[in-house]
Amino acid sequence: MTTPLLQVENLRVEIATRHGDLVAIDDLSLSIGEGEVLGVVGESGAGKSITGNAILGLLERPARKTGGRILLEGRRIDDLDEEEMRRLRGRQIGAVFQDPLASLDPLMTIGYQLVQTITTHLDIPRDEARERAARLLAEVGIPAPRERLDSYPHELSGGMRQRIVLALAFCCEPRVVIADEPTTALDVSVQAQVIDLLKRMCRERGTAVMLVTHDMGVIAEAADRVAVMYAGRVVETGPTMDVLRAPLHPYSRGLMASIPSMRRAARDRARADLPMIPGAMPRLDALPRGCAFHPRCPVAIARCARERPPFVPAGSSGGACWLVADGASGEVPAHA
Amino acid sequence: MSETPEGADAPDHPPAWWRGDFVHGFVRSPVAIVSATIVAMLLLLAIFAPFVAPYDVRDPAKANVVDARLPPRSTGMFGDQYSLGTDPQGRDMLSAMIYGLRTSLLVGLGAIGLAAACGIALGLASGYFGGTIDAVIMRAADVQSSFPAILIALLIDGITRTLMDRATHEALAVPILIAAIAASFWVQYARVVRGLVLVERGREYVLAARVTGVRTVSILFRHILPNVLGPVLVIATINLALAILTEATLSFLGVGIPPTQPSLGSLVRIGNEFLFSGDWWISLMPGGLLVVLSLGVNLFGDWLRDALNPRLAS
Amino acid sequence: MRDTVLAANHLTVRFDVSASWLTRLFTRASRRTVHAVEDVSFEIDRGTTFALVGESGCGKSTIARTIAGIQRPTSGAVSFMDADIAGLRSRSAVLPYKRNLQMVFQDPYASLNPRWRVGRIVAEPIVTHRILAGRVAVEARVRELLVLVGLSPGDARKYPHQFSGGQRQRISIARAIASNPAFIVCDEPTSALDVSVQAQILNLMCDLQRRLGLTYLLISHNLAVVAHMADELGVMYLGRLVEQGDARQIIETPLHPYTRLLLHTVPDPESGARHRTPLAGEVPSPLDPPPGCGFHPRCPLANARCKAERPAPHKVAKVWVACHAVEEGRQSASPATDATQGEHA
Repeated sequence: MTTPLLQVENLRVEIATRHGDLVAIDDLSLSIGEGEVLGVVGESGAGKSITGNAILGLLERPARKTGGRILLEGRRIDDLDEEEMRRLRGRQIGAVFQDPLASLDPLMTIGYQLVQTITTHLDIPRDEARERAARLLAEVGIPAPRERLDSYPHELSGGMRQRIVLALAFCCEPRVVIADEPTTALDVSVQAQVIDLLKRMCRERGTAVMLVTHDMGVIAEAADRVAVMYAGRVVETGPTMDVLRAPLHPYSRGLMASIPSMRRAARDRARADLPMIPGAMPRLDALPRGCAFHPRCPVAIARCARERPPFVPAGSSGGACWLVADGASGEVPAHA
Repeated sequence: MSETPEGADAPDHPPAWWRGDFVHGFVRSPVAIVSATIVAMLLLLAIFAPFVAPYDVRDPAKANVVDARLPPRSTGMFGDQYSLGTDPQGRDMLSAMIYGLRTSLLVGLGAIGLAAACGIALGLASGYFGGTIDAVIMRAADVQSSFPAILIALLIDGITRTLMDRATHEALAVPILIAAIAASFWVQYARVVRGLVLVERGREYVLAARVTGVRTVSILFRHILPNVLGPVLVIATINLALAILTEATLSFLGVGIPPTQPSLGSLVRIGNEFLFSGDWWISLMPGGLLVVLSLGVNLFGDWLRDALNPRLAS
Repeated sequence: MRDTVLAANHLTVRFDVSASWLTRLFTRASRRTVHAVEDVSFEIDRGTTFALVGESGCGKSTIARTIAGIQRPTSGAVSFMDADIAGLRSRSAVLPYKRNLQMVFQDPYASLNPRWRVGRIVAEPIVTHRILAGRVAVEARVRELLVLVGLSPGDARKYPHQFSGGQRQRISIARAIASNPAFIVCDEPTSALDVSVQAQILNLMCDLQRRLGLTYLLISHNLAVVAHMADELGVMYLGRLVEQGDARQIIETPLHPYTRLLLHTVPDPESGARHRTPLAGEVPSPLDPPPGCGFHPRCPLANARCKAERPAPHKVAKVWVACHAVEEGRQSASPATDATQGEHA
């Protein structure tokens, strides 16, 4: 078993408020191997973006890391100072964010931004950097790449901008890329293109990708493995198809069931209600005792309200649920 | 990008306003407390001037010319105590300063109030209706803002002097001054409000009101106005200091408040001539009061801007 | 005999985005127009849901706003309750219709005035149309409405920022049904919500439709949501309807190449990592629509006729399609083979 490229162990992130410290991420562990795409899925407030920011070292006050380790190729990176972290970002760890318009500086040409990033991290002369930039643009599918180097971001469409952001993220050949909702702001037909591109670049370079999203469809297309987050914890991980088809954790089950799907709508003649999880994710200042999901869980037992279930690995998967830990069968009555 | 989590039910009773974030930030900021206290005290002094000032200096006939230019802590010919001295006309400095403060605040607040009212109304119309209305108002604003404030005030003052006889002009001095200063300040409000309205008018809650069929006037004043007042408040607070200083400057130049009524600016002017003869208190004390007032208002305005800025708030 | 509540007749909306005349005078630039909506017609029956789907820039939001009365069409009519509401000018003429036509917006954070309490927000349609008299009656009705959408009566005293996105959307819905409308325009009502909340809101909307006999115009880019809710469906591309008709039929057997592309490329969790052939190119700008059929630059079946002549809608079973390839029978049975057949791979 090779050392995973990126390892997060028992990460804990707290947010300071005047009412006390809130725990945003609690005892989170995950790992991504070479050339692997790990999807991190969860709804708003689950903490997936904070996790990505913690790895990138971009946590802003009042949030701060208070526990755990983050390792890149076996070396700790969470205790580096600001200067070392800055050098790490871009060179070893790349980032792709949701809004390409906000990720690109509107006042600089694309070529300038690419060349700037390349020359900052790699010690190569400017014209060679420009060559590299042009080749990268061609690789991400921008037509007439050499001319495009002198364009400004606002002259291009959303899909093209996101491709350029991908180019920026990969330009220094990083080992890990954190992609936070990279396709959410794009049209459906462009989403498919960008997902394909991301997969291809990651495979060819052996980069580990952490793909954060709330869109299960994107996960199904792009991720090899998936981690489901709820209220700051990972409640289930496993190979994508396993988690999608036979989820272990009741929350994952409820989530998969409540996604409207065209196939199901076609089968379902009577237009029955969509199965749904009642209630909502708890706020950080009102986390329930025991398992954070138990108030909404259709199969909660008494133990769930008292003790928090630890994460229990089960082969290549795992879940944080007493029913999973006790080896209870996966058969759960369908909710709704 | 952080999203508000799909939280459990909101608390049943929102915290009382005195426990809210705004007050919490206020009591934690020494600058806010000190500046607010200073301004509050000065305001109270001004409001209760007739009860606080030892002498009523509004009537020039009451002053004792014999007691002119007495230094602080002296006693006059007839036994009057002058804790801060007297001016060349024999008026008690302390009382003159308190009444002068009153005038300054009256003119300052009045001018800002008038400028804000006009500016907001014009900004609302300009931003919401656009087109010709917007073009006309904004061009007027452009023309207006190319003149310095003092010049406009001088212009208005000059015109009214020629149109009215001296007695009427003196009686109406304060309203004219308010109008003159307001005339130069309305542009900022109009521009800022216009920008904010341009953003707000496309937001869905305004569209929802239009779909429902709410009257346009209602939309402007009940929906949009409350949402644009925040930045306006900050501008107003900062402008207050400027307006007060403008009045002082005009009075110093001799075209503001007539010399018979006490004003901090005219006191500084009068005292200027005697500065080098050693009678420092006539100029420097009202000047000092002006500084304290402006500083207090400015600091409070600064803090208010940061406190009301939603981006800086976590 | 159809019971049509609302009909759009040859709606066209164009926006003039030219530079000011002074600039054009000096740069000699020509006028530029965005053809947001071109010649769109459809009918919606009582108690049903008609959905408009398409990607950004296709014109569906513009249509939503035109129907709701906040956008004036360049030409065409909107027939609602036997009157052309798009042609009415004065407030007094249009007010009685506004009582019966409401709208729910996409952004739950911007669609409620942050300075108003929830009770006042929901009461606004009641007050504007003078449906109830007296504060007590209005407040009682507001409490009823809040319970109807799944909130608690005490929420009327709170401010919008105290609620989550899903709850705010419920408040928007409560406001929309406050005046007992017959028709509601829903502009992407669940796009900004989390998946599990989306299910709750969709269920609520269906429930209200059954209980109150509402008719919906649903705008969405999410085909799964549309599949769940719509009775009839219209697919838009570059401002025109390329396919419209029975929703089930269109989803099960899409005919127009663009519809096929949409349905095929939607990331669907149930199908997993199926191999899609994403089509090259992106939606062209509505400033310069291509001549002929707007889809021809990306269409695998485009021929010379497609480049020159705009296709007219023709009927196939319960569906109207505007496509030369379909008309000429050049379509294959499955979308995947289209890609290999055509000139543009």
